[in-house]
Amino acid sequence: MITIKKVFGGVDVPGKKELSKDCPIEFAGIPGEVVLFLSQHTGAPSNPIVKPKDKVLRGQMIAEPQGTVSAALHAPTSGVIKAIEPRFHPVQARMADAIILQPDGEHVSDESVKPLASDLEDLTPEAIRTIARQMGLVGLGGAAFPTAVKLAPPENKPIDTYLLNGAECEPYLTADQRLMTEEAEKVIFGFRAFMKASGASRGIVCIEDNKPDSIEAMKRAIQPYSEIELAVLTSRYPRGGEKQLIQAVLGREVPPPPGLPLDVGVIVSNVGTAYAMAESILEGLPLIERIVTVTGEGVAKPSNFKALIGTPLSFLIDKAGGFNGTPRKVIMGGPMMGAALRDTNVPIVKGTSGILVFNVDQVVEEPILPCIRCGKCVDVCPMRIQPLWIAAYSERGLMEQAENARAMDCCECGACAFACPAKRPLVQWIKLAKAEITAMRRA
Amino acid sequence: MDDKLLITPAPHISSVKTVRGIMLDVVISLLPATLAGIIIFGIRSLQLVLASVIAAVAAEAIYQKVAKKPVTVNDMSAVVTGLLLALTLPPDAPIWIPIIGSAFAIIVAKQIFGGLGTNFVNPALAGRAFIVAAWPLHMTQDWLNPMTHDAITGATPLAVFNNTGTTSLGVKDLLLGLRAGSLGETCIIALLAGGIYLIARDVIDWRIPVGYLGTLALGTWIFGSPNGFFQGDWLSGILLGGAVLGSIFMATDYVTSPVTPTGRFYMGVGAGIITLLIRVWGGYPEGVTYAILFMNLVTPLIDKYVVPKYYGYMHDIQARKAAAGGGTK
Repeated sequence: MITIKKVFGGVDVPGKKELSKDCPIEFAGIPGEVVLFLSQHTGAPSNPIVKPKDKVLRGQMIAEPQGTVSAALHAPTSGVIKAIEPRFHPVQARMADAIILQPDGEHVSDESVKPLASDLEDLTPEAIRTIARQMGLVGLGGAAFPTAVKLAPPENKPIDTYLLNGAECEPYLTADQRLMTEEAEKVIFGFRAFMKASGASRGIVCIEDNKPDSIEAMKRAIQPYSEIELAVLTSRYPRGGEKQLIQAVLGREVPPPPGLPLDVGVIVSNVGTAYAMAESILEGLPLIERIVTVTGEGVAKPSNFKALIGTPLSFLIDKAGGFNGTPRKVIMGGPMMGAALRDTNVPIVKGTSGILVFNVDQVVEEPILPCIRCGKCVDVCPMRIQPLWIAAYSERGLMEQAENARAMDCCECGACAFACPAKRPLVQWIKLAKAEITAMRRA
Repeated sequence: MDDKLLITPAPHISSVKTVRGIMLDVVISLLPATLAGIIIFGIRSLQLVLASVIAAVAAEAIYQKVAKKPVTVNDMSAVVTGLLLALTLPPDAPIWIPIIGSAFAIIVAKQIFGGLGTNFVNPALAGRAFIVAAWPLHMTQDWLNPMTHDAITGATPLAVFNNTGTTSLGVKDLLLGLRAGSLGETCIIALLAGGIYLIARDVIDWRIPVGYLGTLALGTWIFGSPNGFFQGDWLSGILLGGAVLGSIFMATDYVTSPVTPTGRFYMGVGAGIITLLIRVWGGYPEGVTYAILFMNLVTPLIDKYVVPKYYGYMHDIQARKAAAGGGTK
């Protein structure tokens, strides 16, 4: 087993995984309307290849990638294209073009949905990358970076190690945990495809020690493969951050932005992405569904669903028994990095790992006090920058000073704001600085 | 129903730590030393403590009312200031001394500079420094004998120690606080108990008191004896006077100390050196107040130059080296 190296910073967060960690994955069902944003990945939006009134089948491509860094989009179920129109995008928090699909309830698959290979021996690295691109695979850990691009590192930057990220350090979320426990073999199949495509000779499965069931299942699944090892991490937020994971498992540090893990010979992928890769190869199924944890004290029956991409939040919350009391906050994603939503009539996207509902009791409504310079944010920052100064510069519009204070290094994990006794929205100020600095650099 | 959903930026959960909770922890940690002061120097001490705390809270509330600012006495920081100031006073000081001292601390040192978080010196120590300058006799002569509570007019044990390098007090008396001194500074055991509580609760950084007292002990050992180097009584050097009180409870004040662990260590070492300079070579018997106030002023400088090495910094160093190497070829 891998020895874990010392990692700076981080915070102890209440796990809250017990709400949903023992709930098996269930298929959520087919909603009345499916909303598929053309942009639900990093890079250029996809380009629609269907028009209103077209009949589509499950797994049929409905929008093709535009350029290299982009991802294809597929119909998650059979039905009729109702419209292509702007809808409110829950992650980008603005109106964005989406393909609206009216399901027919038949759930008939396209003829293209058939096994492509059963053995990785039959596939070249190039073939695996092509499948990843054809199937619209993106990273399912949250950033939704197109997988095919990730699997094609430049030739002068060889990859020696591939990390499979099953840390799932965000509180409440259990989607990755359930997937590893229930589908360990498929996850490892997809992981091996990643390793083959990237040329990595060593693979490491990384899991936090609060998931013994997943650790057991994955240990068994990697048994036949000597090139894959297991790393068990102590539970501490944000261990599962890409850069923190590389530091903890390999003792390497990724160069500051725009540095990437591949600069130190590493690629990191989420377990959900590996599972989607396996489904693509073994079933010919594009990325049209994913595991979503619907949880929080504000839902009646916390659950882990296999949900169609584009399913409205309200549909999934109803499937989880509806609200438990009066909801005060609905969050897409985890409580540390997720986005609060104004209503539940928005769909999940490829990067949605969870839906979290808080009642009044779980919502922090403390007044924001002046910074007392306690330095807690400096103690916990995993990027070893000083959030208090960057936030103070940003608040005063001093963006150049914020840049000099390394605002761009911020990974937006939220550990600083979590630790702040004055309850200051540090991440919000730093995000603003990052946006302004990016704009300044473009100008 | 949906329109009542709250939109705030991530993160959506928060640690249980609050400013008020931290201040409360500091008050709790000071209770043993306060109680010890009352036992050792009599009920007079309690009057001074109450006058000081009430004056501090009242000064904050009145100032904020007059200045039409939100009244923030709820955050407990004024209570901490009043309590700390009282603990630094000679136990026989007149009752108006802490009242004026607290008012100065809160209004001049804290509120005029923007209130909690924006003051640049520790308010309690600024208040004390003001009284020392304005009424020096009260601050240097109003001492009491421990337990008997009668007034003494001679030099304090610290003044004797600074001149002769020795003290007639045993370690046991020093730890229990059975000596003349400021009302909250003498009982070392009570102060250490409070310090351990604060470190265990993750309120203060051990680097400040350890850096401070370590430097003072080392310096007293080297320079503290009139008979020559390396013969000083270092233990009495840190136990006499207000170094333990100051290093645990005042030099660690968040607002006026550095934000990085390394910076905090330098703060402690710096305060130790200045205390030593004043005690050994200065004309003034105690140096803790001015040492900490001086380091408060140096804190922005420390924060400017002591910066954590950011994640991935080694790549930038390598790149710079490579660029420099390429240039000389």
